[in-house]
This record gives sequence, C-alpha cells and structure tokens, in this order.
Amino acid sequence: MLLSFALAAFFKAMLSSIDVREKFSRTGQNQKILHLLPSICIHQSRHMSHSSPASNPSLQTALHGAHLAAGARMVDFAGWHMPVNYGSQIDEHHAVRRDAGMFDVSHMLALDLEGFDSTVWLRALLANDVVRLARANVPGKALYSCMLREDGGVIDDLIVYRFDDSRYRIVVNAGTAAKDVAWMRKHIAGHGFNVSLTERRDLAMLAVQGPKAREKTWLALPGLKTGSEALLPFSGAQIGDIFIGRTGYTGEDGFELTLPAAQATALWNDLLNAGVRPCGLGARDTLRLEAGMNLYGQDMDETVSPLDSGLAWTVDFSDPDRAFSGRAALEAHPATHKLLGVVLEERGVLRAHMPVFTSGGTGETTSGSFSPTLEKSIAFARLPLHTHDGEKIEVEIRGKRLPARTVKLPFVRHGKALV
Amino acid sequence: MSKVPSELKYTDTHEWVRLEDDGTLTVGITDHAQEALGDIVFVELPETGRKLADKEGCATIESVKAASDVYTPFAGEVIAVNQAMADAPESINADAYAAWLFKLRPAANADTAALLDAAAYQSAIAEE
Repeated sequence: MLLSFALAAFFKAMLSSIDVREKFSRTGQNQKILHLLPSICIHQSRHMSHSSPASNPSLQTALHGAHLAAGARMVDFAGWHMPVNYGSQIDEHHAVRRDAGMFDVSHMLALDLEGFDSTVWLRALLANDVVRLARANVPGKALYSCMLREDGGVIDDLIVYRFDDSRYRIVVNAGTAAKDVAWMRKHIAGHGFNVSLTERRDLAMLAVQGPKAREKTWLALPGLKTGSEALLPFSGAQIGDIFIGRTGYTGEDGFELTLPAAQATALWNDLLNAGVRPCGLGARDTLRLEAGMNLYGQDMDETVSPLDSGLAWTVDFSDPDRAFSGRAALEAHPATHKLLGVVLEERGVLRAHMPVFTSGGTGETTSGSFSPTLEKSIAFARLPLHTHDGEKIEVEIRGKRLPARTVKLPFVRHGKALV
Repeated sequence: MSKVPSELKYTDTHEWVRLEDDGTLTVGITDHAQEALGDIVFVELPETGRKLADKEGCATIESVKAASDVYTPFAGEVIAVNQAMADAPESINADAYAAWLFKLRPAANADTAALLDAAAYQSAIAEE
C-alpha cells in the first residue's frame, strides 16, 4: 500500500479539497507518484527546526511539546505541525460526544479590531451583519460569517465577537490567515476607515468540547466558573488573562479558551488532570462533519458562492443600504445548487469529489468520511437546487454506483443521531 | 514502535507476505501501515479466482481519514480472501499480522527472494 501517498493525500484533502481517490484515478496506481508528491511526511518535521522558514513550512504552536508528550501523530496542516490523532481517532470522537475532549486550535489566527469605524467597516466587509450583535445586547456575542470577494467567492469563514461598537475580535482559519489579513488591510486602506487590526500570534487557543466540557473546564480552572457560568451559547467574556467563548466546531456544548501562549501548557495539563481527552484534527473533522459544519477549502472556497454552499443563512440582505463585499454578485446570481447531507446505505466510505446521481441531475460530494456516531459513511454534497431531503440517490465510489439518501444537516447534535 | 515479525517478508509498499509450505503466499498490511492509517472502517477485497498482474492494486483499505490501495507482491491468482476480517475491519488495527487479506498462488516466475526481510523493512520505515 502506498502509505505516504495515502497520508499526504489526506492532508491535501483537508486543505485544498483534492481527494485521495481523485488523485488515484487521475494518476493511476503507480508507485512513482510518491516522488511527485509534496514532501508532507509524518516524521520529517523533527529535522526541520534547523532550517529556514522558507524551506520549512512547519510552524509550531505553544502546545507542540504537550502533543508530543501525549503521543500525538503529527502532520503538516496549513503550514503548522499539528496533532492528527493521539491514539484511536474514533475514541477521541466519542470522548467529545459523550464526555469531554480538547483540541489545540492555536494555528487559527485571532485578530483584534479597534477604532471608531469598526462596526461600519465590518458591515462593509462581512456577508453577515454585525449589527445583529449589538441588537442581541449580550456582551461578547459572536457571529459566524463569510468574507466574500466582490464576485461572491468565499475568501474565508470566520467568527467575530463584539465587545462594544469600537472593539471586536475576529478568528480566522490558519490556511487562509495571510490572505485574509491582506484583504482586510486593503479593504481598510481603500475606504479610509479608522480602524486598527492587530494579529494576536501571542495567543494560544484551546477548544474544550463535549457534554462534560464546561464542568471539567471549571474543575481545571475554578476561578473561571463565576464569570463563565452564565455565558449563553455563542458568546464570550474576557476573564483575567483568558478569553472564554461558549463556541466550538463539534455540535456539542463547550468552551473555546484564548490565552497568552506562555500559559497554554499549564492549562493543557490542568485540563488533562481534570479528565479532558486530547483530540486531534482527525476527530475534529468527523465531529464537524456530523454537526453539519462547513470546512473552508472543502465545502466552499473562492470559486463558489455561499448560496451554493449551504451558507445562505449567514448572508444578511435585510438592510438594503448595506453594500457589503460580494453583495451585488450574489444578488445578480441566485443559488443554483444546495448543500445536503448524504448517508451511504451500503458499506464503503464517502470522500470529497465523488459524483452523485439524483433523479433531477448530478452533483458532487464536497466532504465525506465515516461517522463514528452513526457507524455509517456520511458526506455533504452540492446537488441540484430542487433536490430535497429523503431522496434516494447514488454515489459513485471507484467506478461503482452505491445507493445513498439525502438528509437534512446536521447528522448529529448534542450526542444524538438526527438521521 | 511498530512490530516487524522476523518470520515474515515485506514489500516497500507496506504489505507483509508469508511464504506458505505449499508455495502459496498470504498477504496483509504491516503494523506500521495500520498505525499510520488509523482506525480502519472498511476493506474491499478482490474476488477469489481473480488473476492479478505483478504489483497490481487489488484491495482497498479505508480508514476514517484516508483510502489506500493494497498491491499484490507478484502476479498470480487469488485463491482465498479473509471475509471475517472484512466483516470486522478494526481487526487490522488490533493485530495487523493476524488479519490477513488474501492468499495468492503466485505465477511460476515470482521472485520471492526479492521481498524485503524484517531487517530491511525495519530500516525502510525508519527512514520515512
């Protein structure tokens, strides 16, 4: 078996939506392909710390040593040396659905926004409307939004927290961070906005997720309990050095903790002692897939509209005077597809970019894997607009069409199967 | 560290091969391979009787995170497949050397001496 190939393709699939199978079929089953692949290798980065940043794409988070100590299998992810799993990724998945798990998400970038025009600028920059945050009247309220190009393509998806009308925090994906910041700075300069944007690479981020996540976080950090007990879902608060948000990417309750990088290992160890299980990128992917949450670069990117990516609910057209980037293009080009869940009815594993056949036309899976909760393979698929949930469809895997059905997303929420 | 039993032979594509007394070969994937793939959830086996070309991809292993092909070490005919393993794919994670995939009757010209011994495979994976 072409091991390095399989793993390299996996990382690429997570980053740039090139599927393992697609590459197989495009290149044929040829061992020589190994030499053509980018040198993504599980053990390589051990030797990389001596080389220059140009030849060494692997950045390390503050928790790098903690991952190695926990026995992580490390991979290169968006230029970062990150844990993909520590032991069984299925066990890690179940820990989050049934108890509590933690993820190092320090590769993502926090940006602090300050200035008189902050709200006006965000309203012009983002497809969702931050005015909703002020209206909610909950300090630290968070909003999920896409940031669009003028042609409607998705530059990134992000979370923005509002402290007040002049101060916000934005969290963006690791793989897109550089282009996001460049786009934002250009947008600020182009319109002469009075806002300052600060990249907070001095911070580490840890997501603690699961039905017991809050309880175990308070066990590890008793001082946080009073300030975070009343936090509503999708809001956050700064408590001393730690920004604590009741947010996540798993479909479970929990917190995302942002703190000075120097304090991250101590917090990690305290959470370990409180019984929180370390979980890698592998479990993070199956959890978000079950939870019906899009992954940038896979379920949407610069070439597709959010309206064709199951993200219409995040685009706010309600204020006719709000001319956000991408608005005109989205209004000129209504949705042509919808994103639905797919459950495979036979044994096998769905992956990204598999052809899908419906009675009303063809489509393609955008993400797929094995669902540990359902013990079946699941996927997202971009399908003709008139496709509805509950339809019998077929997915082509390695040249064979297998029966499947469409379902509403999510597949799983708060530990319970919904399909 | 992954296990590399000394009584088996290996390929550089991470299959193990047992040379049986009757001249047939039993093939599986190595402990190193199962560890790298992670939780295995599906295995597609060749049909018994299928004639394989040298180094042909003939089985597929799907873990949660990746799909990977398994290659026959030599041309030959598939004479048996391990259906019990396919019904419980996680058995490869539990013991990769017990969970064989298929048995092959190799063509007469199969050069079994070209397979890696345990020491050679051990150093091959150490270099990865």
